[in-house]
Amino acid sequence: MSYRNLSPVELDALREISNIGLGNAVTSLAQLINRRVNMRVPRSSFLPFEEMIELVGGYEELVGCVSLRVLGDAPGIVLYIFDGESTLRLVDMLLGLPVGTTGELDEMARSAIKEIGNVLTGSFVSAISMMTGLNMITTVPLFAFDMLGAVLTSLMVAAGRVEEQVLVIETELFQEDETLIKGHFFLLTEPGAIERLMAALGL
Amino acid sequence: MEPAKFDRPVEIQVGIADYKIGREPARLITLGLGSCVGVSLYDPALKLGGLLHLMLPDSTQFNNVTKPAKFADLGIPLLIDEMKKNGAHLSRLQAKLVGGAQMFSGLDSKMILNIGQRNVEKARAMLREAGIPILAEEVGGNRGRTMIFDTSNGQVSIRMLGSKLKVI
Repeated sequence: MSYRNLSPVELDALREISNIGLGNAVTSLAQLINRRVNMRVPRSSFLPFEEMIELVGGYEELVGCVSLRVLGDAPGIVLYIFDGESTLRLVDMLLGLPVGTTGELDEMARSAIKEIGNVLTGSFVSAISMMTGLNMITTVPLFAFDMLGAVLTSLMVAAGRVEEQVLVIETELFQEDETLIKGHFFLLTEPGAIERLMAALGL
Repeated sequence: MEPAKFDRPVEIQVGIADYKIGREPARLITLGLGSCVGVSLYDPALKLGGLLHLMLPDSTQFNNVTKPAKFADLGIPLLIDEMKKNGAHLSRLQAKLVGGAQMFSGLDSKMILNIGQRNVEKARAMLREAGIPILAEEVGGNRGRTMIFDTSNGQVSIRMLGSKLKVI
C-alpha cells in the first residue's frame, strides 16, 4: 500500500507512536552503555525511496546499516542508518572505549553494532506493542557497512519495497559530552499493517 | 602538463531503474550499485554507449510494472532498442556488467535471497539471447560499486570505498 492514502490524523498518529517507540529505544541504549543518552528528532516524513537516499546523504557516502524484520500482527522492516563516523563512535560507546578508538570494523565491532540494532528495535517494537496490544516480534539483525546507495537499494529490493513510500525519522543521539551519533530510522510496513495499527489505536 | 584542448567530458548520470545513451566524449555514471547491476553497451564504430541500472531480474513476478528499466528482462531490450535507434548495429555491440553484490551479512535467510546473483544471471541470459558478447565483468562480492563508462574508448572504471579505481 501507499501512505498517500492515509489521512493527516493517521499520519500524525503513526509519527507519534514511532516517536514513542524511539524514545523507549534510546532509554534501552542508555542502559546498555550505562550512560545518559539524549535524543533529538529534527524531522520525520514519508518519502519515496529515491528521496529517502538523498535525505540521508550522498549515494557514495559510507554508512553503517542495521536492519531487522518485524513479525506478528503488524509486520514490516525496521532499519537504522548511521553515518560512517557515528557507526565507529557507537562501537566505542558500547565497548566502553574512549571515543575515537575504533578505526575499522572487525567481527567484534560488527556484533556490537548488530546488538545495538537488536536492542533499539526490540524496545521500539515492544513500546508499540504495549500501546496497541498488537503482537510483534523481531528477527535477527542484518548488517552492512558501505556506500549508502548500495546498502539502501539492496535492502529495499530484498524487502520487495521499491514502489512505496517509507516513514523516515531523522534521529540524533548524543551523550553528556555532546558526542554526536547521527542516524536515521526507517520503518517499512507490509500491506495491512498500518490499518491494524490504526484500528488498535482506535482511529 | 598538456594544455587543455578539449572541454571536460560531459558526465551523464544514470539513476536507479533508469538508462541513458551517450556519445564520445560523454561519460555515463551510475552511483552506488549494491545488489543492482549496471549493464553497459558499446558500439565502438560509433563510439556510442548506453548504461542501464537494473534492480531486479524478472518483471513477470510483479503485476504492476511502472518502470520497466528496473528489471533485467525488460530493461536490457529497452537499452538495446535505444542503441539501435541511435544508429548502433546489434552485431557490433559489446557489453560489460558491474554490481550484483551481497551487501548484508547476517543469519536472516529470508532477507538474504541473493538477488544480486540472480540479477547477474538474468542479465547474462538476456545478453546471450540478443547475441551480445560480454567483454568484462566485475560482479558479486559484498562491496558497493560506482560504475563510470567512458564512451570514447568503452572502458568501465569501478570505484569502491577505500579501494583504488579499477578499470575493466
